[in-house]
Amino acid sequence: MPKIEPRGYESKFWGYASPILALLLTGATSGLIFAIMGKPPGRTVYTFLITPLIQQGGLEALVVKAAPLIMMGVGLSLAYRANVWNIGTDGQFTLGAICGGGIGLAFPDANPWLLFPAMLIIGTIGGMVSGGLVAWMRIRFNANEILTSLMLTYVTQYLLLYLVTGPWRDPQGFGFPQTAQFSDAASGPRLVPDTNIHVGILLAPLIAIALWVMLEKSLLGFQFRVLGQATRAARFAGFSENRLVWIAMLVSGGLAGMAGLLEATGTLGQLTTQVSPGYGFTAIIVAFLGRLNPLGTIPAGLLLALTYLGGDAAQISLGLPNAVTGIFQGILLFYLLGCDFLLLHRIRWRAAPVKVA
Amino acid sequence: MPSPPPPGPLLSMTGMTKQYPGCLANDHVSLTVERNQIHALLGENGAGKSTLVKMIYGVVKPDAGKMVWEGEKVAVQNPGHAQRLGIGMVFQHFSLFEALTVAENIALGLGSAAERVGLRDRIVKVSNEYGLPLDPDRVVHDLSVGERQRIEIVRCLLQNPKLLIMDEPTSVLTPSEVQKLFVTLRRLAAEGCSILYISHKLEEVRALCSAATIMRLGRNVAQVVPANKTVKELAEIMIAADLREPTPRPGLAGETRQRLVLNKLTVRSPHHFGTDLHDVSLLIAGGEILGIAGIAGNGQNELMDALSGEILAGHPENVLIDGVPAGLMGPAERRRLRGCFVPEERNGHGAVTTMTLAENAFLSGFVLHALVRFGLIDEKRTHKVAADIIHRFDVRTTGPKAQARSLSGGNLQKFLVGREVLQDPSVLIINQPTWGVDAGAALAIHEAIMALAQEGAAVMIISQDLDEIFILADRIAVIAGGRVSDPIPTRDATIESIGRLMGGTTAQPALPVAASLTYA
Repeated sequence: MPKIEPRGYESKFWGYASPILALLLTGATSGLIFAIMGKPPGRTVYTFLITPLIQQGGLEALVVKAAPLIMMGVGLSLAYRANVWNIGTDGQFTLGAICGGGIGLAFPDANPWLLFPAMLIIGTIGGMVSGGLVAWMRIRFNANEILTSLMLTYVTQYLLLYLVTGPWRDPQGFGFPQTAQFSDAASGPRLVPDTNIHVGILLAPLIAIALWVMLEKSLLGFQFRVLGQATRAARFAGFSENRLVWIAMLVSGGLAGMAGLLEATGTLGQLTTQVSPGYGFTAIIVAFLGRLNPLGTIPAGLLLALTYLGGDAAQISLGLPNAVTGIFQGILLFYLLGCDFLLLHRIRWRAAPVKVA
Repeated sequence: MPSPPPPGPLLSMTGMTKQYPGCLANDHVSLTVERNQIHALLGENGAGKSTLVKMIYGVVKPDAGKMVWEGEKVAVQNPGHAQRLGIGMVFQHFSLFEALTVAENIALGLGSAAERVGLRDRIVKVSNEYGLPLDPDRVVHDLSVGERQRIEIVRCLLQNPKLLIMDEPTSVLTPSEVQKLFVTLRRLAAEGCSILYISHKLEEVRALCSAATIMRLGRNVAQVVPANKTVKELAEIMIAADLREPTPRPGLAGETRQRLVLNKLTVRSPHHFGTDLHDVSLLIAGGEILGIAGIAGNGQNELMDALSGEILAGHPENVLIDGVPAGLMGPAERRRLRGCFVPEERNGHGAVTTMTLAENAFLSGFVLHALVRFGLIDEKRTHKVAADIIHRFDVRTTGPKAQARSLSGGNLQKFLVGREVLQDPSVLIINQPTWGVDAGAALAIHEAIMALAQEGAAVMIISQDLDEIFILADRIAVIAGGRVSDPIPTRDATIESIGRLMGGTTAQPALPVAASLTYA
């Protein structure tokens, strides 16, 4: 009989091995699901995970999709390390796109050197307002941030719907629910001409590195870590929980807003009824897959970006429904959290030998 | 009794072995409890007493060993099985619902509806028989800790046990309550219920127990008759070393500046069933150690938090540190005034167990050691501070990179006391300085506290251990119901006088004094 017993310490080995095991199990389980759906499992997993990388423009598409995921994942790692459970980054992302994008639509002919930075800042502030509202409600009314941040996501989504079907609808858009295209000045610079590679692709890893330094090396980051691991010890040390909740929500919300603005201007080119294909929720998986370490969100963001591309590829070449992406992500998060059990526990297949002294 | 009990001991265990990951908690331990016997199980923290007892009570399954109960070999499956065999246990930490009545709490512990018939009457009957007065209809949160313990004992006695296991029962009692408990226990033993008494209070064991099994590091080391040994001899068997006495202090240093002043400090407890503090006024001079005695749950934690700044006072003048009004300051600001604090709970309050010792040194030391440069942690100096604490306080560990939870309780406590003492505080507050700490570590901590006072710091120790207070303190005050009595010099205090104050209700001698005046 296998026996489960606590290790009494956190395994270093499984800290690295658990995400990899989770990934392998996810591959096996999704292969099984594909087989049940009557598709050849090997070829399907190949189409899902490998094809997007080797086809024309695959890497470009990958980094463009990964950038917003990494930005949001970094912010979430910070918040989650302090036990602040912001799950509303999807709404903060959308509000950033609305606020910053609104500036771009209002002043399409402004000086690009002023306009785009202004949009970036306003977009970030938009995300911070949405995140700050959550922080305020938690501190003022003791409202659970999981609920409030999630509900604000729907509020923001309906605000977007109202704007693109109402006041911001493009008069020349044949009645489609969408705004005018962003002007060149409002679209921001490209790192590589004639591609979608926008500044966010450079910003995302830089932000990840900066926040890693902040979290691991600074007094502020120490406060986050202590708060997340022992609330009473944080109080004993004199760290203000309210202040840290504010910072966590403003930073994670602001980064989501910035990512939203970059997505709207850099890849979408206009606002439509949907800015985020669930990026905000995928970012939660990114944060956990990266072990809540800002640097870990870089490979995690790339992998989750791949699942979006893989979903498209599987849809086109195998006729699988688009829901495959969501299923794959869900299975991955499930195994990820499950495998973390091995951090603190071990499985013994035989009874422990008794040491005789 | 329908039939005479079979001959032989009530309980006999041999070769009991239990391996935990990385720790052999019990290594071929033997224990024999005779009928009608009060048997002591002695040992330091971590000696394996709890593991052994948990095996008897069916909470932990042994890896090897034989347990014979009333002449028959048994393997106890779970606590319910143990109860059916006639084994009852009173744990150190009670499992009572505060919002329910005494009778309701006891009913919850019973198995079937049939057992609940006439429960109230049986509670009254048993509690009166054994001198454990209890009102079945009182709500638990109104009861004192001593009364709560009675509930646990009565709960066991209702099952007519043949063996009652008691884990550190007197740590929550006043001296007079201890005497009453002993009367009850002796009576139980005489009537056929043996008692396994776990304690590290050697004086009590000598007074109460007719046999003692002493454990160290998971093994039996001796089987003695406690009355034939001195306390010092028993302690030396327990720790396997000669026990040094702490060097007595030469008395108050010349300094008499008031370094810590509490001025009508009144705070509401943030906890639901906590104790509010009322009008606490105290003066502690430099070089002085003030002891705060009291039974657990009388406002000690609130006093600690109000002093460390985790709970703010109503007014800045309520707390003065070196003359500076600090009542509205948070912990970090109070540390800047060289106030240092050691809370009672090590895990998750004084220390973050999942962090390294270096990080834990930083936790409360970054202000006075100036370990932050431009917002970043100075890791090299933090490491050095931690290494210094480990070295100067003889903390047994692999080094500053070890996780706090890898340390034993005594070693972690030495680290935490060292962390504060080495910040050269002007005011040091310690709540339960040696709670759950072995004798060697306790001595080191006591010496550090005395040395610090000698250098001119004002020290307050809050402790449930009266012996500790009498060893360390220059003056003693008692906390009861959130009020603190006027301190009296230790040389004028007796265990009895302090014990009376701890009881709370007898703390006001106003009535007898007034009565005698009218007679005069």
